Amino acid sequence: MSTEALATAVGSAAIVLFAGGALVLAPYLQLEHIEPSPGLRPYTPEEAMGRGVYVSEGCVYCHSQQPRDPAQAPDDQRGWGRPSVPGDYAYDYPHQLGTMRTGPDLFNVGARLPSADWHYLHLYQPRAVSPVSVMPSYAYLFDHVDTVRPGDLVVKIPPEVQREPGIVVATPEAQALVRYLLRLDHTAPVLTASQEEQP
Amino acid sequence: MNGTIAWLFAVTFVIGAVGLLGLVAAIARRQFGAGGAHVPFLDHEEGWAEDPVATPRLQRVLGATPRSPDPAELRDRDACDRSSRGPVLAFVLSAVAWLAVGSIFGLVVSLKFQYPDWLTDQAWTTFGRLRPLHLDTVAYGWLSMAGMGVALWLLPRLLRTPLRGGRWATAGALFWNIGMLLGTGALASGWTDGLEWLEYPWQIDGFFVIGGSLAAVPMFLTLPHRKVDHLYVSALYIIGALVWFPILFVVANIPNLHFGVEHALVNWWFAHNVLGLWFTPLGLAAAYYLIPKIVGRPIYSYQLSLLGFWSLALFYSQVGVHHLIGGPVPGWVVTLSIVTSVSMVIPVFAVAVNHHLTVLGRFRALRHSPVLRFIVLGAMLYTAASFQGSMESLRSVNTLTHFTHYTVAHAHLGAYGFASIVFFGAIYFLMPRVTGVEWPWRPLVDVHFALIAVGFFVYFTTLTIGGLLQGQAMLDASRPFTDSVSAAAPWLWGRTAGGLLMTLGHLVFAVHVGALALRAARAPALSLTEEMT
Repeated sequence: MSTEALATAVGSAAIVLFAGGALVLAPYLQLEHIEPSPGLRPYTPEEAMGRGVYVSEGCVYCHSQQPRDPAQAPDDQRGWGRPSVPGDYAYDYPHQLGTMRTGPDLFNVGARLPSADWHYLHLYQPRAVSPVSVMPSYAYLFDHVDTVRPGDLVVKIPPEVQREPGIVVATPEAQALVRYLLRLDHTAPVLTASQEEQP
Repeated sequence: MNGTIAWLFAVTFVIGAVGLLGLVAAIARRQFGAGGAHVPFLDHEEGWAEDPVATPRLQRVLGATPRSPDPAELRDRDACDRSSRGPVLAFVLSAVAWLAVGSIFGLVVSLKFQYPDWLTDQAWTTFGRLRPLHLDTVAYGWLSMAGMGVALWLLPRLLRTPLRGGRWATAGALFWNIGMLLGTGALASGWTDGLEWLEYPWQIDGFFVIGGSLAAVPMFLTLPHRKVDHLYVSALYIIGALVWFPILFVVANIPNLHFGVEHALVNWWFAHNVLGLWFTPLGLAAAYYLIPKIVGRPIYSYQLSLLGFWSLALFYSQVGVHHLIGGPVPGWVVTLSIVTSVSMVIPVFAVAVNHHLTVLGRFRALRHSPVLRFIVLGAMLYTAASFQGSMESLRSVNTLTHFTHYTVAHAHLGAYGFASIVFFGAIYFLMPRVTGVEWPWRPLVDVHFALIAVGFFVYFTTLTIGGLLQGQAMLDASRPFTDSVSAAAPWLWGRTAGGLLMTLGHLVFAVHVGALALRAARAPALSLTEEMT
C-alpha cells in the first residue's frame, strides 16, 4: 500500500478513535461511578421481564424516557416529571431514552397513571381510552377464554372494544409489562443540572 | 475529573486545528493533491461525456472535442469494469432486493398512522416491530450493500488497475446477506438489542463484521497495484468509509460493556456516524466521480475537495450527541456535538462548491442524462440536508423539532434524498459497464426518477410541516398532549402518499435491474472471463 493510502487509512482511523474518546470514553469515565438516584431500587424479576417486553415490542420508537428541563420545555407541566439525571438509569440495560414522542414521555408514567386496570384496557385498545391515539392494539398480549382458571388475571374490557368473544385474561407478558410501567416512577427529588448551576 | 477532560479537549482541539491548518498550508503551496483532479479521465478524455444511459445528444450539448480518447486506455478501463463484475453484482442485486422489501416495510409502517388497528393481530406485524425492520433493512440491506457495490466498482477505475481478490468481497456479500436474513427474523420475532440503529442482536452482528471485512479485502489487495500518481478524492472517501464503519460497528455493539446514559451516548454517536461516516462518504465518492465523468470536465477545485474530506472526518465523527440535547447527559458532550454540528458547514461548503459549480453552465446535460439527474438531485439534497442538520442542532431549533416527525423527515433527506438517490444514479451507470448489457427499457429510468422525485418531495414537505405542528403543540402547555397527535395526523397522509410513490419507483427499479441481470446471464458472449485472482 502506498504512503498516501496508508496515511489516509491511519489518519481516518485516528480521527474516529479520537471522536470515540471524546463522545464515548470520556463520558464513560465520568459516569461509571455515578450512584443510583435516591430511592431507586433494582428491578424485580417480573419488572425486568416487563422491561424485556417493552424492548421487544419497540415501545421506544414512540415513547421517550427523558423529561426535559422546565427551562427548555413544559414537560413537567404534562406530568412527565422532573428532568432526569444519569443516576435514574443506573439499572437500565439496554437504555430506552428514546428520541420520538408520537406518544407521551413515560419516565414517570407509573406516578401519573397508577391504575393497573387503566393500563390493561389501554394496552388492549388504546382508542377505548384516548380516541385520537395512534398506538397499536396489544390485544395479542391477552387471552380470550371460556372459563377462568385459578391464577388467571381477568381484565375488564368493555364488550364494544373486545376483539374476540370470551373472558379477557392478561398473559404473563402483559402482567409483567404493566408491572414495569407502574414501576416507572422517578419522582423522588434529586439535584438536577440546572439547580447545580444556580449559586 | 472535569478538569482532566477539559485539558484533554484543549489539547486534542489544538492538535486537530493545527492538522487542518497544516493541510490548508500544504494545499496553498501546491504540495498536496495537485493533479488529482484529472485522475478520472483518460488521455484526451476531458471534454468527453462518459454515460452509458445518456442519449447521443449529451455530447453535442457539451460541445465538440478535438481528439478521441486512446483506444488502448479505453480497453484497459473496460477490463477494470469487468474485473469487479462478480462482487459488484452480488452487492448491487442484493441491495436492490432489500430496497424493495424495506420500502414495503416503510409503507406499512406509515399506513399504521392512518389505520392503527390494521395488522395488529400478530406481534411481528405491529408498528414496534416493523419500524426497526424498515430502518435496518434499508440502512444495512439497501444503503450499505449498494454503497459497497458502488465502491467495489469505483476502486479499479480510480486506481486504473483490475480489482484483485474480488471473490473475497463476493463471499462478504454472502455473509452480509446471511446476517440480514437472521437479523430480519430476529427483529420480527421480537429478539432485539433494543437500541435504534443497533437492533440486530449482537450474536448475529458477527456476520456483518465478517462480511464487511471480506468486502474490504479487494481494496487492500488492489491499492498496491495502482497505476495513478494521485489518489482521487473518491478513493479517500472509500478508504475512510471502509476503515470507519468496522470501528464504529464493533465499539457500539460490544455487549454488556455500556450502561445507562453512556449507552445512549454510544448509541447516538454510532447512529449519526452510520450516516456521516458510512453512507455519506460512499455517496460522495460516487458523486465526486460521476459528476465530472458525465459533464466531461474536472471538479471545480480539487484541493477544496481534500479539505472537505478531512474536515468531514474531524467534524462529522463528533456530531452524534446532538440527538440527546435536553437529555440527562453531561452538558459538555452535548455542547461539543453542537459545535461540531455547526462546523459541518465547512466540509459541506467544500462539497457544495465542487458539486454545484462543476455542473454550473452545463444544466442542459440534465435533459440528456438520467444518471446526472439522479446525481445532481442527490448532491443538492446533500447540501440541503447538511445545512438543515447544522440548524437542527442549535438548542432553540432543537427544542421545537426534537421528538417529532420533523427529525424523521430530516433523516430521510440525508439517507434517501442524498445517499439513496446518488446510489440509484450510480447503479444506472455501472450496471451496463460491468455486465456489457444495456438497460432493457430506457424510459423506465425516467419513470423511476419521476416517481421518486415527486414522491420524496411530497414525503418530505408534508412530514416536515406535520412535525413542526406536532412540536408546536407539544411545547404549548395549555394544549393537551393529544393535540400534538391530531395536529400531525392529516400531514401523515402526505407521508403515506409520498411513500407509496417512492415504493412504486423502487419496484420499477427492481424489475428493471432484474431484467438487465437476466439478460446478462443469458448473454454468454458478453460475460467475459472474470479477472479475479
